[in-house]
Amino acid sequence: MDFKFTPEQDKFRQEIRDFVKKELPPGFETGVGGHVETDEEWKVARAMTKKLAEKGWLNIGWPREYGGQDNHMFSVILNEEMNYLCAPGLDFGGVGMLAPALMKHGNEEQKKEHLGRIARGEVVWCQGWSEPEAGSDLPNLKTRAVEDGDYYVINGQKVWTSLAHHADWCFLLAKTNPDAQPKHRGITFILVDFKTPGITIRPLVTMAKERSFSEVFYDNVRVPKKNVVGEVNGGFKVAMTAAGFERSGIYRIALALRNVDRMIEWSKKPQPGGYVPAKDPVVRQKLANIYIEGRISRMLAYRVAWLQSQGLEPEWEASVARVFGSEFQQHSAEVGSQIMGLRGMLMKGSKWADEDCNMALQAMLGIGATIAAGTSEVQRNAIALRGLELPRG
Amino acid sequence: MDLDFTQEQDMLRNSARDFLTTECDKKKVREIEESAEGYSAEIWRKMAELGWQGLMIPEEYDGMGMGLMDLLVIFEEIGRNILPSPFLATVALGVPPIVEAGTEEMKKDFLPRVASGEVILTLALTEPSAGYSPDCIKLKAEAKGDNFVLNGIKLFVEFASAADYMVVAARTRSGADPTEGITLFLVDSKSPGIKIEPFATTGMDRQCEVAFDNVSVPKSSVIGEVDKGWHIIEKTLKIATVAKMAEMSGGMQAILDMSVAYAKERVQYGRPIGSYQAIQHMLADMFIRSFTSKNILYEAAWMAAEGIDCDAKVSTAKAWCNEAYKKVAEDGVQVHGAIGTTRDHDMGLYYRRAMAAFPTYGDTEDHREVVAISLGL
Repeated sequence: MDFKFTPEQDKFRQEIRDFVKKELPPGFETGVGGHVETDEEWKVARAMTKKLAEKGWLNIGWPREYGGQDNHMFSVILNEEMNYLCAPGLDFGGVGMLAPALMKHGNEEQKKEHLGRIARGEVVWCQGWSEPEAGSDLPNLKTRAVEDGDYYVINGQKVWTSLAHHADWCFLLAKTNPDAQPKHRGITFILVDFKTPGITIRPLVTMAKERSFSEVFYDNVRVPKKNVVGEVNGGFKVAMTAAGFERSGIYRIALALRNVDRMIEWSKKPQPGGYVPAKDPVVRQKLANIYIEGRISRMLAYRVAWLQSQGLEPEWEASVARVFGSEFQQHSAEVGSQIMGLRGMLMKGSKWADEDCNMALQAMLGIGATIAAGTSEVQRNAIALRGLELPRG
Repeated sequence: MDLDFTQEQDMLRNSARDFLTTECDKKKVREIEESAEGYSAEIWRKMAELGWQGLMIPEEYDGMGMGLMDLLVIFEEIGRNILPSPFLATVALGVPPIVEAGTEEMKKDFLPRVASGEVILTLALTEPSAGYSPDCIKLKAEAKGDNFVLNGIKLFVEFASAADYMVVAARTRSGADPTEGITLFLVDSKSPGIKIEPFATTGMDRQCEVAFDNVSVPKSSVIGEVDKGWHIIEKTLKIATVAKMAEMSGGMQAILDMSVAYAKERVQYGRPIGSYQAIQHMLADMFIRSFTSKNILYEAAWMAAEGIDCDAKVSTAKAWCNEAYKKVAEDGVQVHGAIGTTRDHDMGLYYRRAMAAFPTYGDTEDHREVVAISLGL
């Protein structure tokens, strides 16, 4: 065994830190998962994406034949550093999901049309999968794609679509055979230009008052048949490739570890009245414990990353990393709110709020961590049924 | 990065597993637990033939000169199978101080005999205060001519009842800094004035009281320098903690395997209980606890093996493994239901060991505090 990063990996990590310091406006910070809220912030994020593309980093994990550097570990390190530093600009949907699916299942024309533009950071992609009746049970989606000459006509509703209000394109899952059994054999993966008439986007505002998600309505949206990726009714397989390219979940560990580090620094400062939290044995135990959870989460993420870098397919390792990492993310904000006491209620920007350590916002943003992209319960099912081979109920 | 064991380590694991399955089934485990000695001399001899006692002893002293990661593999298998024996006491508590700081004469005299299985060792460290910090060491050693005279009580000395020699941590000087003034002695257990009394404990692992009443030992029995023994203890405890965690990791794996197998065959309400989501998620959580423990343990052990500063990492791992093993053992009993609470069922063998492992070489709060200090808190 050898847990060391290579000198090249250490050097790359440092280059990312230098890059962010140089390119990101001072004091700029993203929310959870690189989220930015205002139009001004979005402009900064787009500019960062372009700069990452110019450096050849945006798609550094892609195979060389598609212009990448075939360096999975570098892409994970990039993801970790950018999220730890709260820097925007990474493109998870296009670079991390759609592109790998196109490489494996797309035709030459599709690859030619889309991969270069994704690598250059020119297009914003969103993921149109979840629906009101298709959350954990994704194959139960109802959005229909019906053949009409050279087109599919799409009708239905998608929900929890990240970045929809900024997106140029969407990779959509739609039912092409509603009678198929099992249900996932009736689903097709289709690329939708968001300028097509018939698409309505409605914001969903989170409890933290952020516009992270949208509902997207499709009303007779005509999409050319050439936009189908893979086989008709074979879209679920394409979707699994998209979801399987980067499974470490390092981004959430990085941002939660950043929170832990902030709490540690906060606790060392004397509070008004002179109380120093770091001297309180209960606080010390809580902080040490959350730090321990964080180090384990990071180790699990790198185990998944390492397996993927070896060309191996992580199975239950990825589910464990997912459950443990997202619960750590929640715990970190929870512990932060606890040790900050009444001060922990103050939202960023309030008088008396600590601007360097705002766990109230983190707790609200983090609460969805165990839900998004596969709930903890679904992951535990996967561990039990596939990892431990327990009988189905 | 390479997060796999080597092929040689995989082979070592397989041979250890085969050996333990053949030599020490659970009937044998119970038999040994109930015996006066608390270990099997026959198995001990066979382990020596495999080279286990000499695994970390340098080749020049008839050992195998292997590393901590290799030892970890053996301890995971011991934890998985259960082997009541003074193995940890000998190789992880007794051998390291001698290898680290013993005189050449001492190494030549003792290490080959340990490797051959002839000599059993242990460490007499903790006292009635039952703590691992340097200020807990009060047993007095006073220089008298060519000898030191030891007076005091050591408590929780593992397998003192079986040990031929013990490494004794004694106070030779008191001052403001408790890490100063601790000296290690290699003491013959049969020395006049030593009284050894084993206790009934949760782990059935022959924890003993060792009383020293004017025990005279020659100056040549000092390991390392007089007054400068604490850093040797620290290093030794790190190795022992890794060994203990490996046992815990193996134990968790065994409980998980046993519980999954049982959940597949035990039928209630017309279905195997493993088909109920309540049980599935409990087993998934047991798996998560076992897997997370392994990951952090391997990283800590690797750092220790590479000589990288790893106090905080070992403590990170022990704090985690403590809580994980305890919960996995509790859930293991719960999955098994009433039968899991009996002496006849194997589950209890592991549950008892989880209880015993928890405070050994530092409980969760102790190790979290080490982590807190490392964070500058």
